[in-house]
Formats: sequence, structure tokens, C-alpha cells
Amino acid sequence: MELPIYASAKKVKINQRKKTICIFCFACLFLVVLTVAGTMLKDLAMTTDFTQRNLAPSLEHPFGTDWMGRDMLARTVSGLSMSILIGLLAASVSAVIAAILGTMAATLGKKVDAAITWVIDLMMGVPHIVLLVLISFALGKGFWGVTIGVAVTHWPSLARVIRGEVMQMREAPYVKVAGKLGQGNLTIAVRHILPHVFPQFLVGLILLFPHAILHEAAVTFLGFGLSPEQPAVGIILSESMSYLSSGMWWLAVFPGLALILTVALFDMAGGSLRKLIDPFSAHN
Amino acid sequence: MEPKYLLGFVGKSVIKAVTLIIGVSIIAFILISASPLDPVQMNVGTTAYINMSPEKKAQLEEYWGVDTPPLERYLNWAEDFIHGDMGMSLKYNRPVAEIIGQKFLNSLALMAVAWVLSGIIGFILGIVAGANRGRWPDKLIKGYALTLASTPTFWLALVILMVFSVWLGWFPFGMTVPIGVNAADVTIFDHLQHLILPAITLSVVGVANIALHTREKMIDIMESDYFLYAMARGEKKWTIIRRHGLRNIMLPALTLQFASISEIFGGSVLVEQVFSYPGLGQAAVTAGLGGDVSLLLGITVVTACFVFAGNLIANILYGVVDPRIRRGQGIG
Repeated sequence: MELPIYASAKKVKINQRKKTICIFCFACLFLVVLTVAGTMLKDLAMTTDFTQRNLAPSLEHPFGTDWMGRDMLARTVSGLSMSILIGLLAASVSAVIAAILGTMAATLGKKVDAAITWVIDLMMGVPHIVLLVLISFALGKGFWGVTIGVAVTHWPSLARVIRGEVMQMREAPYVKVAGKLGQGNLTIAVRHILPHVFPQFLVGLILLFPHAILHEAAVTFLGFGLSPEQPAVGIILSESMSYLSSGMWWLAVFPGLALILTVALFDMAGGSLRKLIDPFSAHN
Repeated sequence: MEPKYLLGFVGKSVIKAVTLIIGVSIIAFILISASPLDPVQMNVGTTAYINMSPEKKAQLEEYWGVDTPPLERYLNWAEDFIHGDMGMSLKYNRPVAEIIGQKFLNSLALMAVAWVLSGIIGFILGIVAGANRGRWPDKLIKGYALTLASTPTFWLALVILMVFSVWLGWFPFGMTVPIGVNAADVTIFDHLQHLILPAITLSVVGVANIALHTREKMIDIMESDYFLYAMARGEKKWTIIRRHGLRNIMLPALTLQFASISEIFGGSVLVEQVFSYPGLGQAAVTAGLGGDVSLLLGITVVTACFVFAGNLIANILYGVVDPRIRRGQGIG
């Protein structure tokens, strides 16, 4: 085996930063393409063709077809695009809630802090799935049940991070110095604290997506989310359960793998963004 | 360690847990009351409901307490709950407490196995990864843990079910009582056979978190001065890990594992659904889908108690291990 140091000398060197930027752009591009394709394929995903039922994967139908002759690739992609859109909406709402509550906890004194920490503990104490089922039940199930459910349950961990960051910043020497130099609270918040906290917030936001998407799929899978007519990965997988014993493996395997890929891409995007913004984390 | 500090710390934690449980019950109660799904209608069935005479409807509504103000209804419910009466389940037509007791034991068996397995395996994987930082075992384990983080639990359960039950036929496919066997004749072996696949699925998923955490701690220790000193004294790497490393990683790992009960329960809801394992998670899903209000409420509060008990243990363990936390100087 060749020692890596010689091997790398021969190759064209792409530095770590460029590589990370490439990965980030690739992940984002792929997700955008997936979303657009899914939205356009929605009609195809609904088309039934009873002459083409229960086909195993082939060149014509790479993911096979289901018992109504629908193309599984089209169904999967449009289901994923639905998941991504729900994830986008839900994660953004959650992130905003997290930002507001996290900042409030860090700046408005001990009592507010204790109250918000209590709420965070409360949210984290109920198993996520149970909470989602409850919220979905309260809202009468369906699209809004799952979207609102995912949106209002994903903020606690990020809120905790932001609270910690803001608290740390308030104690930081340069913030103290700025205060002594006579800068107003607002100026300090905007000019010194925000630029530091915002990148963390952005990374946290992107890293919320995977959770949001997985939970949407899980709740839909359990029967509380999107209705069976809508293309959704959770629906596809819960339907596939009835066909498992008859050996139709492709109904479950490919949509699941596609879901994993989507989630992993979001993770990659978030991870590489963190490396770009906070170079120190690249060494871990 | 000063016992007075510890007692105060434990007391504070317990009080907090109790307020949290009350909070959970209030929120769950509000959510369930807010539901547009009418329990009367769902219980009777839509057709029967439409054909019902107004007097009968009024009678039923009074029975279910539709017109009672929410606060009063909550207090009634809470009072009964403390006395162990959680109401009647619509779906199962039995007291909720009885159903939860029975299902909880099933879930507990599943979760305990998964909890222990994932804890031990994850801990070992974490140590191996941390000790071999940057080399292939580390990359392999890290890759495994990170992939699992983006894998939906229920999909993994489906795949495992497909491979081991459908293809290989090693395990039964769904249903706890085998067809043609009297429910009374079910042996402990049958129960075990149904436990294996769900438990494996849960453990495989649960390993990721603890492995990554232990890996970080391990790396911290390998970079410490006392580790370097031990190396300089000529001790072997694994001897140092055994003598100086294990104790330092074990307790944080244990507390993390206690704090992860919420996640394990969440996973078990999905896994139980796939394997049709008769546990608390499956009952919760049935209750939610069928509008079984009292059962859903009961399960939520009982799980919350369970999770908070785990968190409480984690907190106390942390306090015992790390005096800074006990004195309330949280680390950020």
C-alpha cells in the first residue's frame, strides 16, 4: 500500500474549504431538483394503469409499480417533495420560535429563564411521537395536523442552543467592553451578538429539517398525517406493510432508501455549512 | 459529599418533575378537548349518530360531560387519576388503568431489552471508535452511527421484518398468539420469539447516540495530560483505557442512557406498530385513531411519568458525579 502522503502529492489539490462548498452546493441543488421534479410528477404519481400492476423493478419502472399500477418512482419522488415542503415550513416556524424563546430566556432575567427552561423540559419529556399524535388528534388529523404538529414541537433543542450562545455572548469580554464604552443595548445586540448567533441559528435551522422530515413520515405512517390519496412516503410505507408477506419488497425498500438519502443530504448540507461558518468544528 | 446538598438537590429535581407531569397532563387534556373529533360521534358511529333521537343524544352528551366546563372536567379527571381511576376505554371496553398496566409490561420488556443492549453495544463501539480515532474502525462506526441518524425507525423495522420473517422465516409474522393455539397455551418462549425482532430493531437504532457520545468523551480523555503521562510511563493503550478511561466515561454514558428513555419510547411506538407487538405504543396509536380519549390521555400521562423518572435519575446521577451541577452552577 502506498503511503497517503505520496498519493496526495500527485493529485490535483482541492482544499478542504472548496470541497465543503462543493458538497454544500451539490446537496442543495439535489434537494431543489427533487422538490421541483416531485411537484411536476404529481399527476403521474396519481395515474393508475391496471395493466401494469405489481411489477417488480425494471428499466421502465425503476422502483416497480404498486397494486394499482402506479409508478413507484413517481410516487416516491412526489412524496419526498411533499415531505421537503412540509419540512421547510415546519422547520422554519420551529426555528423562529426557538430564536425568540432562546433569546428571551437569555436576556429577560431569571424568572423568564426558569419559565422557558421549564417549558423546554416539558416539551422534551413527552416522547415526540406521542406529542405529535396528540397535536394531530387535536387538529383533526390531515395535512395541517401534521404540519402544525411538526412545526410546534421541534424548537426546544435549538432554543436551548441559542439560549446558551446568547448567555455566553453577554459575558464575553468584548461585549462587556462595548457596554463600558457606552454603546446602547440595541447596538450591542445588533452589532456584536447577532453576527455571532445568526450562523449558529442558520445551521440549527438546516439541521432541523432531517428531524422534521422523519417525524412527518413517521406520523403519516402511523395514520395521523396526510390522507391516503396524497403521495407521501409515510403512506407508501404503511401501504407496503400489507404486501410484505406476498414478497413485494420493492414497495418498501426503495422509497425508504430515497427517504434516507434525502435526510442524509440535509444533514450533509447542514454539516458542511457549519464547517464553513465555524472552521473549528471541522477538526472534530 | 455533603448529604445536605444532595438532599436539597434531589428534592428540587423531584418537585420539578412533579410540576412537569402536571403540566403534561394539562396540555394533553387541552389538546384532546380541543379536538374537533367528537368522542360521542366516534364512539357510536356516524350512521347511528345521525339516526339517533335528540333526547338520546342529549343523554349521551350529558353522560360524557360535553357541557361541563373544561376546568371542572380537568379537576374531576385529575382527582380520579390520583385515585387510580383513569376512566373507561371506548375501544377495549375495559378500565384504562387495567389496559395500561398490561400493555405497559409488554412495552417495558421490549424497552428494557433494547435499552440494555443498545447501551452496552453503543458504549463498546464508542470506546473502540474513540481509541482508534481517524482510523478505519472509527470511520466505520462513525459512518454507521451517522447513517442510522437519518434512517426512519419504522422503515428499518419493515426491512428487518421482511428479511427475517418473510424471506428467512425465522420469526413469526405479526400476531402474538400463533394461529390455532389457545391463548392460554402461549408459552414464555412464544413471547420471547415475538420480542426478539422488535428489540433488535430498537437496539440497532438506539446504539447511534450513545456510541457518538462515548466516542467524544473517549477522545477527550485520550488528549488529557494524565493519559499522556500514563503513556510516558510505558503503559499500554488498552491498559490505560481500562484503568483511567472507563470510569470517566461510564457515568456520563449511563446518564445519557437514562435521559434517552423518551427516544426509546418514541421508537417503540413505531416498532410496535410494524411488528404488531401488543405494547403501550400500539395502544396509543389505536386510541388516537379510534378517538379513545381516556385511553390516549392515560397513556400520555403514564409515559410522561416514565420519561421524567428516567430524566430524574439522569439528573441525580449527574449531580452525584459532578458537584458543579449540584450547587446549581450549570455549565452554560
